[in-house]
Amino acid sequence: MGDRYPGYDVLSKRHSPSWNDQTRRVIDQRLAIDPDAHRFLNELEWRTLKAICSRIIPQPTARERPAPLAAMIDERLVKGASDGYRNASLPPLREAWRRGIAALEAEAQTRHGRGFAELEGAAQDGLLTAAQRGLAAHPAWDGMPPDLFFADRLLFDIVSAYYAHPHAWNEIGFGGPADPRGYVRLAFDRRDPWEAAEARSGNEASARRENAHVGRR
Amino acid sequence: MAQYADSEAVDFAIVGTGAGGGTLACKLAEYGFSVVGFDAGPYWRPLEDFASDERHQSKLYWTDERVVDGEDPLQLGSNNSGRSVGGSTVHFAMVSLRFRPEWFKSRSLLGYGADWPVDWREMWGYYREVERALCVSGPVTYPWGPHRPAYPYREHELNAPARAMAQGCEALGLKWTPTPIATLSAPRGQAHPCVYRGMCVIGCSTNAKQSVLTTWLPRALEAGAEIRDLAMVSRIEHDDAGRITGVHYHRDGQWRFQRARNVVVAGYAIETPRLLLNSASSRFPDGLANSSGLVGKNLMVQSNQAVWGFMKQDVRPYKGPPSLALTEHWNYADDGKDFFGGYCFMSQGVLPTTLANVHAKRGLWGQPLVEAMQRYNHTVGVKLVGECMPQEGNRVTLADERDAFGLPVARVTYSYGDNDKRMITHALASMREVMAAAGAGELWDETNDTAHMNGTARMGEDPAASVVNADCRAWDIPNLWVCDGSVFPTVGGVNPSLTIQAIACRTADRIKALAARGEL
Repeated sequence: MGDRYPGYDVLSKRHSPSWNDQTRRVIDQRLAIDPDAHRFLNELEWRTLKAICSRIIPQPTARERPAPLAAMIDERLVKGASDGYRNASLPPLREAWRRGIAALEAEAQTRHGRGFAELEGAAQDGLLTAAQRGLAAHPAWDGMPPDLFFADRLLFDIVSAYYAHPHAWNEIGFGGPADPRGYVRLAFDRRDPWEAAEARSGNEASARRENAHVGRR
Repeated sequence: MAQYADSEAVDFAIVGTGAGGGTLACKLAEYGFSVVGFDAGPYWRPLEDFASDERHQSKLYWTDERVVDGEDPLQLGSNNSGRSVGGSTVHFAMVSLRFRPEWFKSRSLLGYGADWPVDWREMWGYYREVERALCVSGPVTYPWGPHRPAYPYREHELNAPARAMAQGCEALGLKWTPTPIATLSAPRGQAHPCVYRGMCVIGCSTNAKQSVLTTWLPRALEAGAEIRDLAMVSRIEHDDAGRITGVHYHRDGQWRFQRARNVVVAGYAIETPRLLLNSASSRFPDGLANSSGLVGKNLMVQSNQAVWGFMKQDVRPYKGPPSLALTEHWNYADDGKDFFGGYCFMSQGVLPTTLANVHAKRGLWGQPLVEAMQRYNHTVGVKLVGECMPQEGNRVTLADERDAFGLPVARVTYSYGDNDKRMITHALASMREVMAAAGAGELWDETNDTAHMNGTARMGEDPAASVVNADCRAWDIPNLWVCDGSVFPTVGGVNPSLTIQAIACRTADRIKALAARGEL
């Protein structure tokens, strides 16, 4: 699929009335995350997590600095913060990730004789699908239901990280931060000049032109 | 702001400053009582403290650990649990609806649940008081129920998801209305009208939202109440005669004790029973106010399933308050149902990580997820608020795990009953019809979401079958009160915040009357 919002960069609105100081600080911190930083996970866990993230959210290869999903997860694990609830069948956040990564790595070794990160994408997807369906059965899961780990922890954390990143906002045409200025045009097919323009057949060039201006409106 | 010494016995120590506690703190202070409102969360200044960002704003939620189980384990945290002065109203969606009158006597009149010990006509007056206090924006004429006056502020313009739902309802001949909603459609004081930034559920940074934080609490401070933030209450203390003497709380790194003549528990349906149970003593070994055994039981959520689809048109579901169109048809129609209770549904705006997790919950990941999300701006949905039945097996208990304060965390057990499941099936079908009639395609059901929590310290007329009386006063201990969604005997098919605030206003009036008679 081509770029739906060609040339749209939500960060070009950084100095527009759609962003305030506190939002600039928050987004700056997110963009400053070192994609190689891992203070919680060890080297093997880190390689496995990076491989998992790239299967859950395949990012365009042309992207120079992909959203650092694994680093965002590791940062969360360092903090150890809960979501405010936990299924009784799952251990707390850190233990769940440690055990889940170890179990996927063990599944890879058992079934394919290689580490998870060394496998082809299709084989990695096979292991993830088995976990999602609750069919993974390696002793390394140690009583943690693989389907629950996959849904409540792995998928939830990675998806939440990606769609909090400006790359994702550009990809889906989200207006992004909107304070103090919100929106004026609320009806179907109405777009404020500071919102992303969508390319439809034949109008790619005009969408690109509009998107070059969203930060100047 | 007034400040009281720990050693000074205040008239009321209120634990929790959300829809129940914050409203009550205001009203009691205005009636001349000395009041300290405690909250575990911070006292935010939205204009300076709130960013336009879903991930950052998780600071508004109760993210201390809780354990969930049962056949349908609840999602808590961002879904329904606030940790801020102003409580969950800081991130609520502002939908401000009155109960259907019959729901206050659902056992006698409709054959299910339990009767409330209050009369709907009295509640009608308190609803009006709250709507005026919040300057609720809504239609001139409301299509359902007994007459009510025009809402204080005019209705909001409909965003695209609301227009889609309205189109669908019109096509089917189903009545709908612009949703009565507690965000400004015209200036009020220093606050300007809503700018439709669409981030209501992560905290309004312009103060157009009429939360407890921006309405009742400024009045409370003006009237001399103290709001003590970042203060986690661990235990309610009583004397040898069984009367409450005050609360133990943690603030600024140390444990302290505030003396009080009365204590009001207003921590919402999980923290309220948790505090009552954690306050067990040799005199009250099963927890405070628990001679009925009902503290923590009859937890009721509302079913919150949705039907989503895609439209050819640009919807851009991030603009405007999320729920601008509403139908209460199935709250007021009693025929054609194979279940007890009612439900409403509303148009649904949605922010990116929330929608991405809706897709994830239906099993999408990898390229299918990325492609579904690339159609974000064409995504449209309607969402249910359905009345779940009280069941004693749905409950809050104490787990073995302890939190950072050393207190046992809550274990929250929840399973839908058969009636709940029949309602959900019915609602999904009705919502699908509306979405299809609106012109949305590729529809899918979001099958496992819930909203709101009520009922773990129910009010009633019989001390053996309820925790508090109609005045929210504990049957067992005369100077202990509960004032929040916990007191609901039934939950109705509308969002509960307006009713919680109305009950708080009524409780304040009752306390004033009791005090005048020397019966406090």
